[in-house]
Amino acid sequence: MSEARPLGGRVFTLTFSICLIISGIALYFTAKRFIFGIGSVANLNDGYPWGIWIAYDVVVGTAFACGGYVMALLVYVINKGEYHPLVRPALLASMFGYTLAGVSVFLDIGRYFHAYNLYLPWQMNFHSVMFEVAMCIGTYILVLWLEFAPTFTEKWKLEKYRKFLDKIIFALIGLGVLLPTMHQSSLGTMMLMAGFKLDPLWHSSTLPLLFLFTAVIMGFAMVVFEATIASRVYGLGNETEMLAKISRIMSWVLGFFLVIRLQNVFMRGEMGHAFSGSFLGNMFLIENFLLIIGFVILTFLRNNLTPRLLFIAAIAILVGGSLFRFNTYIIGYDPGTGWKYFPSVGEQMITYGLIAMEIAAYTLFVKYFPVFSAHDPAVSTK
Amino acid sequence: MKIKRRDFLKGAAGSMALLALDRQDAQARTVQALPPEALGILYDSTLCVGCNACMTACKKANNMPPDFTDGQDIWDQPIDLSPNTLNVIKKFTNGTGETKDAEINGHAFIKRQCLHCIDPSCVTACPVSALTKDKNTGIVSYNKNNCIGCRYCQVACPYNIPKFDFNRVYPEIVKCQLCDHLIAEGKYPACCSVCPTGASLFGRVSDLIVETRRRQQMVPGEMYDFPVTSIDSDTTHKYTAPEYVPHVYGKEELGGTQVMYMSAVGFDKFGLPAYPKESFVSMSSGIQYAIYKGMVYPLVVLAGLVFMVKKNKQQEDEKSIEKKHDKKEACHE
Ligand code: SF4
Ligand code: SF4
Repeated sequence: MSEARPLGGRVFTLTFSICLIISGIALYFTAKRFIFGIGSVANLNDGYPWGIWIAYDVVVGTAFACGGYVMALLVYVINKGEYHPLVRPALLASMFGYTLAGVSVFLDIGRYFHAYNLYLPWQMNFHSVMFEVAMCIGTYILVLWLEFAPTFTEKWKLEKYRKFLDKIIFALIGLGVLLPTMHQSSLGTMMLMAGFKLDPLWHSSTLPLLFLFTAVIMGFAMVVFEATIASRVYGLGNETEMLAKISRIMSWVLGFFLVIRLQNVFMRGEMGHAFSGSFLGNMFLIENFLLIIGFVILTFLRNNLTPRLLFIAAIAILVGGSLFRFNTYIIGYDPGTGWKYFPSVGEQMITYGLIAMEIAAYTLFVKYFPVFSAHDPAVSTK
Repeated sequence: MKIKRRDFLKGAAGSMALLALDRQDAQARTVQALPPEALGILYDSTLCVGCNACMTACKKANNMPPDFTDGQDIWDQPIDLSPNTLNVIKKFTNGTGETKDAEINGHAFIKRQCLHCIDPSCVTACPVSALTKDKNTGIVSYNKNNCIGCRYCQVACPYNIPKFDFNRVYPEIVKCQLCDHLIAEGKYPACCSVCPTGASLFGRVSDLIVETRRRQQMVPGEMYDFPVTSIDSDTTHKYTAPEYVPHVYGKEELGGTQVMYMSAVGFDKFGLPAYPKESFVSMSSGIQYAIYKGMVYPLVVLAGLVFMVKKNKQQEDEKSIEKKHDKKEACHE
């Protein structure tokens, strides 16, 4: 644990500065949204009440941020302690990913001053999937910060807090596994209610399970993605060996996902629709084609996984998984009253801004706080 | 130790299976029944003359601003439901549009508004109970003091009814609430009170259903009495019975609605979707119910998780302490 250490180094790199500029632009649009209303910035309308702020920032964004969830599951629940060095960086990315998803929800909801109603017991609607998701994500953001807190206590040598944290950390980690399991699957349940507005290629009672599976594989793919980039940028050791081992587990998850996904569409007699050459059919094919690429690399090339191959697999999974979620929330959704939606510039800028803030905060944190483990082989090999 | 882990995984697999439960098995939640005193509207398209009196009355009764279209800003002219319009009469036309209530070369009217579903998706969707269904009257009403503006109700409503003014700084959801403020004063919903022909007819849903049966048994071309404003009113008009399509829209759609439609042209002509009897609510909340009922499963899983974490983490911490010791000793030597 305590082997992690701050990386140090210059803060104002080119990347960091670019991220700051994009965040600045996003702040401008955010101010505009609060002063003049959602309509002044976004193309949202009564037919498409949810746009990319929900579909990307929350639905895809939190799947990207599932790295912490997957690593906690592997290390603490399935007891693969050897992957420990990957936990902290993953947790950090999750923490920012989820926090910014929370920020985005706040931008998106139209009546933010009334958000406290979610916490009034007599107002809570336990039948509402939205309620469960809101509660879980809200609590999980808190849990993530607490899970990550040992990093702060180490840095600032806060012995008292460290001891206290040590006592509750089990509960935190437990919650850190339970909460994403709950709300990631519920993100799938959420769209069941859309009924016939959602194309049958995506509207299926397996949605909760499919969303849970994509959360796991996308979380893992993000760990690969980050580890690869970080080892390049910060000149850290190469994690391929460790990641390749995890890939074996992941190829099972992805395999199950594909079997359920394709079998379900087949069983409901929608395969013809998928191959009809229609726009939605093609979206379905692209989405699954990408995931199959990821699966093939992780499964059939697993004995000679190079960092490059692994990276390609991760990208295929990330894009394919995102597309699946996008399709479920926006592209495959049609209220059927002639409404159209395409995100406006301002809307997109806010999303880019959130991503930029995430990257900026991440790079800042790894320089100041002990996140990455020192990687000289004498310490880390078992 | 190994056995325990396997046990846990089995439990996990069990909950996964639960997640995938088919809706039939998961339907722990009973489908909502029609409230005893349920109130509603029977809209008979064949009686509607398209005078739009109900639209004007609705605006007045609910203090809604006008909707200007066609580049003029003099009179209210909504083309569809909007953040300013809770009730709208729309027209279907085909070919020359000459004959009323004919599918070919004809036209027909339809009234669009909230149908006050018996099992309303919007109410189930709303996280903060801003939308509620009255236990007695079954009226689905909205309270802006609770609404957080998440718009899940818009996604969930199968008829695309709730509207939200995205151009306002702090908008609210708008939809027909069956003039419950007028009903509380013993009056009728504005649209029904002004409808000159009785096309919009207010009443108890149970009575309205009886009325739909009566109308469906009428012999086309013969003269009959049709009540005006309310099913129990004394005022009636005499009309020749039209040839109704053999279907009352809203009687069974997605568990049924309290506002129902009768017509002489197919409902698909009005863009009303053909829905099954089972509501999407029971599908999704069935799954939600099976897993989260009483939070039992989540808590059991949490206990299991904390146990596993504790065990695994302690092992690991011991190991890392040992390692440090080893290192220290190695240095000493
Ligand atoms: S029609 Fe829509 S808004 Fe009206 S009660 Fe049904 S689900 Fe709710
Ligand atoms: S927008 Fe308001 S009324 Fe609609 S679901 Fe959200 S909180 Fe409920």
